[in-house]
Amino acid sequence: MRRNFAATFLREIFRPIGQILIFITATGAVLSVFMLLLALVLRGSAVDQAITARNGIDLMTYTIVNLPQVLLDGITIGFVYAAIALGYTMVYGVLEFINFAHSEIFAIGAFVGVEVLIALQNGGMLTDISSLAAYGWLIFAILCGMAASGLMAVIVERVAYRPLRTAPRLVPLISAIGVSFFLQDAIRLVESLTTGQFYRVFPTFGDFETRQILANVSFNGTPVDLSIQNKSILVIGAAVLMLVGLNYLVNATKLGKAIRSVAQDRTSASLMGINVNLIISATFLIGGALGGAAGVMFALKFTRIDPYMGFFPGIKAFTAAVLGGIGNITGALLGGMVLGMLETFAGSFLSVFTMGAAGAEYKDIIAFAILILVLIFRPTGFLGEQVGQKA
Amino acid sequence: MTKKPSFNLFSFIGGLYHKVSSGRNAVIFLAVYMALTSLWVYFDSSRSVIVFLLFLATVLLIYKLKLSHRTKVIFAAVLALVIVPIIGVRNIFYLEVMFQICVFASLALGLNIVVGFTGLLNLGYVAFYAVGAYLWAIFGSQQLNMLHQIPGSAPVGTPFLLAPDWFYLFAFLGLAVAAIVGILLGLPVLRVRGDYLAIVTLGFGEVIRVLANNLDKPINLTNGPQGITPIQQPTIPQGVQDVLNAILSPVVGHTISIGEFYNLFFYLAALLVILVIALVVIRLDDSKIGRAWTAIREDEVSAVAMGIPLVKMKLAAFAVGASFAGIMGVLFAANRTFVSPESFDFMQSIGVLTMVILGGIGSIPGVIVGASVVVILNLQVLQGFSLFLNDLRQSGGVIPIINFAWKDLSSQLDPAKYQRLLFGLILIIMMIYRQAGIIPAVRRKRMQKAGQAPLQPQAEVKPTVEDSHDAA
Repeated sequence: MRRNFAATFLREIFRPIGQILIFITATGAVLSVFMLLLALVLRGSAVDQAITARNGIDLMTYTIVNLPQVLLDGITIGFVYAAIALGYTMVYGVLEFINFAHSEIFAIGAFVGVEVLIALQNGGMLTDISSLAAYGWLIFAILCGMAASGLMAVIVERVAYRPLRTAPRLVPLISAIGVSFFLQDAIRLVESLTTGQFYRVFPTFGDFETRQILANVSFNGTPVDLSIQNKSILVIGAAVLMLVGLNYLVNATKLGKAIRSVAQDRTSASLMGINVNLIISATFLIGGALGGAAGVMFALKFTRIDPYMGFFPGIKAFTAAVLGGIGNITGALLGGMVLGMLETFAGSFLSVFTMGAAGAEYKDIIAFAILILVLIFRPTGFLGEQVGQKA
Repeated sequence: MTKKPSFNLFSFIGGLYHKVSSGRNAVIFLAVYMALTSLWVYFDSSRSVIVFLLFLATVLLIYKLKLSHRTKVIFAAVLALVIVPIIGVRNIFYLEVMFQICVFASLALGLNIVVGFTGLLNLGYVAFYAVGAYLWAIFGSQQLNMLHQIPGSAPVGTPFLLAPDWFYLFAFLGLAVAAIVGILLGLPVLRVRGDYLAIVTLGFGEVIRVLANNLDKPINLTNGPQGITPIQQPTIPQGVQDVLNAILSPVVGHTISIGEFYNLFFYLAALLVILVIALVVIRLDDSKIGRAWTAIREDEVSAVAMGIPLVKMKLAAFAVGASFAGIMGVLFAANRTFVSPESFDFMQSIGVLTMVILGGIGSIPGVIVGASVVVILNLQVLQGFSLFLNDLRQSGGVIPIINFAWKDLSSQLDPAKYQRLLFGLILIIMMIYRQAGIIPAVRRKRMQKAGQAPLQPQAEVKPTVEDSHDAA
């Protein structure tokens, strides 16, 4: 038993990291090849002439020059989606129920984190501090956001979902929609009563905005700057940590075993002496805390937050979870990565390839289109096992 | 311990209600009640919510009292065609409230077919409403004559494409187009299981909104986020105006302006539409199709086993539900003379869902009551509360014990903007405490009376294969 521990530990740590690397490389490669092929096919067409007339470079050069940066941005967004998707996928795995309020749990995490940082800033704690201290405070804010979100998820489950556990399927879903709407305006109410406005801005401190230049090459005479902001590195690092940690928790600990057994068969699990209610609460706590961390990171990346911010990331993360195979942690990661990259590709290239007829504003539709296609052709997602048709 | 004879208010009211609930007493009671509340609303210049609610309760009384069918129709007609127009023209706000109640009640009836009868949760229902509204907005304005202009840069005096009276045709076109869109959406997504369907329809609703927001290029079809205006309203002949003015103006005390005529017109049009819709829904509920929908809701697998064409019936539910929203969309566009993507966001879909859930899922009178309650909460209670808080702020008063000056109350605390809080609370509370709604559906009541579990398949579905009795 003892001898196995080290092996299990190493396996559960390195397997997800390997999977992450494979998914990133595969998704990035497929999409890049597709874009390059498209650029090749359209060589000399009206699209090519339009971009040459406007930017002075042909379509192929434009695509190649922009590709690396788009890939990096896509990976960052993909990790944020994956982190939110974990919350959906864990709850779905255990209860077979779409936690519609998860997007607001995410927003609460963002607000608590940002409010903590604003309070620190007002207290003068964030001025002229070393970059190490800045990271320390940021981690503190993320932990606060995680605690608040996790707690809120547990409360929501206790109040609005637990009484409905045996009800027909749509009943808890409608209740969850109600919770989602209620929380949106509750955040707004609290924020506007205490601060007089309902949106908040992430305070500027530390060196999160600094860009690290990764490479500087030139292609066909056009310089290609490949850079990444410190905060993007932070987002990726935190998300990887969360994914690996969750994977370890679920696959290699006693609590994880209990969660898996409740997910498989609630009645049998309770017969084996597992406290089902406690495990379900724990699932919500973990999923909520991950959502809260994702919320603070989202605020760090996009700076401005408002009570309704959770809606689109929530829907997209759900799409990511379904795309990867809902109930499956690795699937959430893969789905988040594919969706994040697709969206960034659409945001960057759609406008050029359609000659301005359809631009980045359609990138939100992409998630829905994927969702519909996946549900029609492969409802179990990429990695999902056969889910029974429980009506 | 001696038992004192005590006066119990509830039993007193109950007894009173029993006395007046049928026969001649009921007619007299109803007439007196209707007259009193109408006069009260008529002379009440402060637009009190409670008075208006008491007045609206007349409709509920007409529905509840044990009267002959003919008497009920007469009372309802007097109320809808005489009293409401008079009160409304005197205080135009009430016509607006009645119009919105009619519009949302039809939307709720349409959604009720999909959610209540067939058990398919549609979270993007407002998309069909948007389809209807944009249909008349695009054809009933100058929009098609300025396809190639950048939004906001069209020359003044661009001609309208169609004459205003095409509106009547487009009301029916709205019905048809929305139904077709419903079928087109339904075809791919109906294979998807219950809770996934909810998310997919939500996505569809957002797609329609994003399209409306962005189809101002490459050709300017929807004018983007600015929305389309002006949209034409059908003409009201001068003769009709003169006649109505001659009758109504002595009663309300002023001559009726053209704007007030339009309010009256749209109220009557919406009333007509909802009457037809309600009739259609009642007939459908009792028809073979309605029973098939119920069977699908209760147990899809058994329904298929009984020979119900699943896809066809689900598509029918989608199409019928969508068509109601379509025609009301056309009416809405003409009434507002303005549409923009903002009017069709996700919150509107949830608002309609709230009405259905609150009133009673699957219950026809229920969803109408639900729509009325939510519209009144929205338009009168929340806004009234906002105005009340504003008055407090300006009054300079102070809460005594905690020494809080009202003027320090944050101006962000504006209850009219907290509709989501209201919708959310209603949904949660109804789901936890009363899933059947205010007025539960008759079929559900019957099932409860019979002591059957709600999910047990009913014997109402007529088997199409004769020997299926043996199999069962």
